[in-house]
Amino acid sequence: MSMQSLSPRTLTEVSHAEISAEERLYFASQWQLVWRKFRRHRLAVGSLYLLGALYFVALTFEFWIPYRPLTQQSDYLDAPPSRIHVRHEDGSWGRPFVYVLEQNIDFETFQRIYTPDTSQPRTIHFWRKGEPYKFWGLVRAERRFIVVAEGGVLLLFGTDSLGRDQFSRTLAAARISLSIGLVGVVIGFVLGCLLGGLSGFMGGWTDIVIQRMIEFLISIPRVPLWMALSAAVPARWSPVRVYLAITIILSVIGWAGLARVVRGKLLELREADYVMAASTAGATEMRIILDHMLPGFMSYLIVHLTLAIPGMIIGETALSFLGLGIRPPAVSWGTLLKEAQNIRALISHPWMMIPGLFVIGTVLLFNFVGDGLRDAADPYK
Amino acid sequence: MSTYIVRRFLYMVVTFFALTIVVFVIIQLPPGDYLDTYLAALEAQGAFADEAELETIRRQFGLGGSPVEQYVRWMWRFLQGDMGRSFEWNQPVKALLAERLPYTVLISVVSLFFTYVVAVPIGIFVATHQYRFSDYFWSVVGFAGLSIPDFMLALLLMYLLFKYFGISVGGLFSQEYATAPWSWARLWDMVTHLVTPVIVIGTAGTAGIMRVMRATLLDELGRQYVVTAHAKGVPHRTLLFRYPVRVAANPIISTVGWQLPAIVSGETIVAIVLSLPTTGPLLFRALLSQDMFMSGSIVMFLAALTLVGTLLSDILLVWIDPRIRFESRSG
Amino acid sequence: MLHPVLEVCDLTAHFHLEEGILKAVDGVSFTLLQNQTLGIVGESGCGKSVTVQSIMGIVTGQPAISGSALFYRDGASTDLLSLDRDSEAHRMIRGQEIAMIFQEPKTAFSPVHTDGFQIMEAIRVHQANTWRDCRARTLDLLRQVGIPNPEVNIDAYPHQLSGGMLQRAMIAMALALHPSILIADEPTTALDVTVQAQILRLMKRLQDELGMSILFITHDLGVIAHMADEVLVMYLGRVVEQADVQTIFKEPQHPYTRALMASIPRVHKSQGYRLQTIKGSVPVALDPPTWCTFAPRCPDFMPGRCDVQEPDLLELSPGHKVRCFLYMAETA
Repeated sequence: MSMQSLSPRTLTEVSHAEISAEERLYFASQWQLVWRKFRRHRLAVGSLYLLGALYFVALTFEFWIPYRPLTQQSDYLDAPPSRIHVRHEDGSWGRPFVYVLEQNIDFETFQRIYTPDTSQPRTIHFWRKGEPYKFWGLVRAERRFIVVAEGGVLLLFGTDSLGRDQFSRTLAAARISLSIGLVGVVIGFVLGCLLGGLSGFMGGWTDIVIQRMIEFLISIPRVPLWMALSAAVPARWSPVRVYLAITIILSVIGWAGLARVVRGKLLELREADYVMAASTAGATEMRIILDHMLPGFMSYLIVHLTLAIPGMIIGETALSFLGLGIRPPAVSWGTLLKEAQNIRALISHPWMMIPGLFVIGTVLLFNFVGDGLRDAADPYK
Repeated sequence: MSTYIVRRFLYMVVTFFALTIVVFVIIQLPPGDYLDTYLAALEAQGAFADEAELETIRRQFGLGGSPVEQYVRWMWRFLQGDMGRSFEWNQPVKALLAERLPYTVLISVVSLFFTYVVAVPIGIFVATHQYRFSDYFWSVVGFAGLSIPDFMLALLLMYLLFKYFGISVGGLFSQEYATAPWSWARLWDMVTHLVTPVIVIGTAGTAGIMRVMRATLLDELGRQYVVTAHAKGVPHRTLLFRYPVRVAANPIISTVGWQLPAIVSGETIVAIVLSLPTTGPLLFRALLSQDMFMSGSIVMFLAALTLVGTLLSDILLVWIDPRIRFESRSG
Repeated sequence: MLHPVLEVCDLTAHFHLEEGILKAVDGVSFTLLQNQTLGIVGESGCGKSVTVQSIMGIVTGQPAISGSALFYRDGASTDLLSLDRDSEAHRMIRGQEIAMIFQEPKTAFSPVHTDGFQIMEAIRVHQANTWRDCRARTLDLLRQVGIPNPEVNIDAYPHQLSGGMLQRAMIAMALALHPSILIADEPTTALDVTVQAQILRLMKRLQDELGMSILFITHDLGVIAHMADEVLVMYLGRVVEQADVQTIFKEPQHPYTRALMASIPRVHKSQGYRLQTIKGSVPVALDPPTWCTFAPRCPDFMPGRCDVQEPDLLELSPGHKVRCFLYMAETA
């Protein structure tokens, strides 16, 4: 290390600036080191930004979507994704536009066929005033990101059997699907820390009981249990209560993994030399936990939390997909996928699988971030 | 060694006890008891039950009394093999399970083997070719496999196979064999139908175990005992398989503990999508119609399946790892 | 007249890392004579382990290796460094002609194989014996290195044996095929002092009985005094002093060697004597400068000379070489 900082000028006077650069590395806080190491993971950093963007869109979806998620456009049932054009029939280029669609029925297959009427282009406008809406059902607004000129429809992901725009529904569903992962993990985190911490710190019978509980939850299959519990959620509950119930069901079974990490880390750290040193030096128990032990495993917790979120998202999607989770009128990616359950629907309306790509993409991004964090979690390695 | 196994076995018994309580709660969760549900079902069919019949049912299912009493009675019957009746099918739960559970076990076990048979060799290959193209390739494949929920994969495969090959996957038998007696042809038919569900169920686990294998083996390859064996003049390939791969077997076997529950979970939901004649669709229907003895028993058996599997993997681990095997001897 | 069994000439091993070139071994030469023990001394990180690992073809991290290491056998010589490390020729020498024992006996054995198996294997990979034969010979070997109850302990797993026992087993493993050279890389560092002495005595005894040369690596000067005939002092990948064991201890010339000697605790010194330490710590040999690498820590540092170029390895008297400007006439 020091060989590097020796300059050919003189040996006896090592430049002051170089020393302090090196010292900075020694005195950098753990978080600075973690962040420095994480930044080197290009894929993880990119994924983190994309996830941020995704969450931002979920938070503000009302602005981004062209139609309300529940609006039924009866002229466009089971319509495929719209084609966006930039070149007119006469060969001239222009702003992006769509053609007005004409609906026909194929009397052999009894399926709807939509043909574009090339004489009627409709321009797609951005950042325009459109149909008014309410942010979070509270704040009135009119400006929308996408507004199509009168008479045209922009169906980016097609429509479902009731003529609802799948693109708008997918973005709206992101709010529930993405938040359920976060909320579930937070509940699981509190439970896991509480019980894991209790187990690791108390020892004795408490430890044995909690340990058995953790082992039980880890060693039984989750999906059947999730299904059984969520099937018991009463049908008359409001969407908000159902949402909370599903989140709690997901996290009540999901805390065990986290509790095991907390307990294991606590036991390991209790034996660590620097914790021993702190307690020999007369630090109070609380101080030891907060100042010495918490930083020691905070980074591991964050890694585990990041990697636990995709599990929750998949859990919610699976339950809603089966019709046991989030219920209409609330939309999540799982409820949207419910329409793609049988092979006939899949073949005639393959675009109904698009929400599934969002699930896969989100989980992939979380896995990349988690992987990058795992490498960075121990910056002293 | 035996004390270790006895201890693991006792743990399993305790866990099993906890499981019965959870299942009992599940059965009791829907509002009203079994009788109300039964009456509602009868009424829906336009039939009525007389008081004598109700009394019989009450006795038969041990309804009434405190929850503890009910639990004890239910448990007592369960242990004797009486799992109650499914009112939806109007058959004993036991008979329905006997028909379907074997397929669940079969698909789960085959998926489990598939997972390890594919993941371990790839993991070894990738660890010995670190930072080469194949390493990156498989890590991308692994991430993708980890990130696709199994039911999505089932949907995608179903769509692609039908669209491009005209193959309709689903079920465990072709129509002509569905009710036919067992024959070699029927067995082969089943094997061909097993391929898709096994791949779908096994993908996520394969990706996970591949990563564990790679990481563990990379760890082991750097150990001193590998250098020692090199210095002895042990040929390269012999060394790889005799030492680091052998040592890495232990952490790999202990992954069965979380792999099996994941596979049984995956089997449940994939079976619903691919309409396999296993317990998954049965559980689903039972839950929708609040056929609680049915759903409770299925959850119980599925969990018991993973508990026994975990115990077996623990025993395998003791057998294969001398450090645990001689735990009691060396203190 | 003693024959040379191993002649290393200008050995270098450079690791090309992201951070720069790590010159772990930089131009090391020495000759190991028949039935003699050559000690290589230096602090950790001085390149002594990489030196012997390069010769054995077991160094990890794929450094660029150059130079030659001639191994003499039956009047013929083989350059070990020119052999591909994965080649059959090199493999036949490893374990059979040149054997090695390591610092940490606990980690040097596979945890899931019995020690007996790992010794038997050393025989099996070179000789077409049955496992039964190998077992019989292994029992003899275990007896020879003083392991009690060989019949029981042959089937013991490493975690059931003590460090000292394992080191004996390792010696048995290394000597199974009567190699002409035994390389011992800090074989006693991880052991208790009393066990250390036993192991060293065992090695001396076996050297006399079997007749072999030992390349002994350690940072412990006391062990060197006990074991070696000839001593090589290394610092940051370079040999700084070389002499027979008497000369090194009686008349150390290089400032580094002298500092090492001064840092040995001595019982007979008078009261008020303070143990000497070497100031600073061993730097990493990453992109080392082209002047004397010991200069930053040297008590005899001469500005304008030591930080300008590097001294050559100069022969002061027959067999005694030093790399220091203190003994070089000033040149233009």
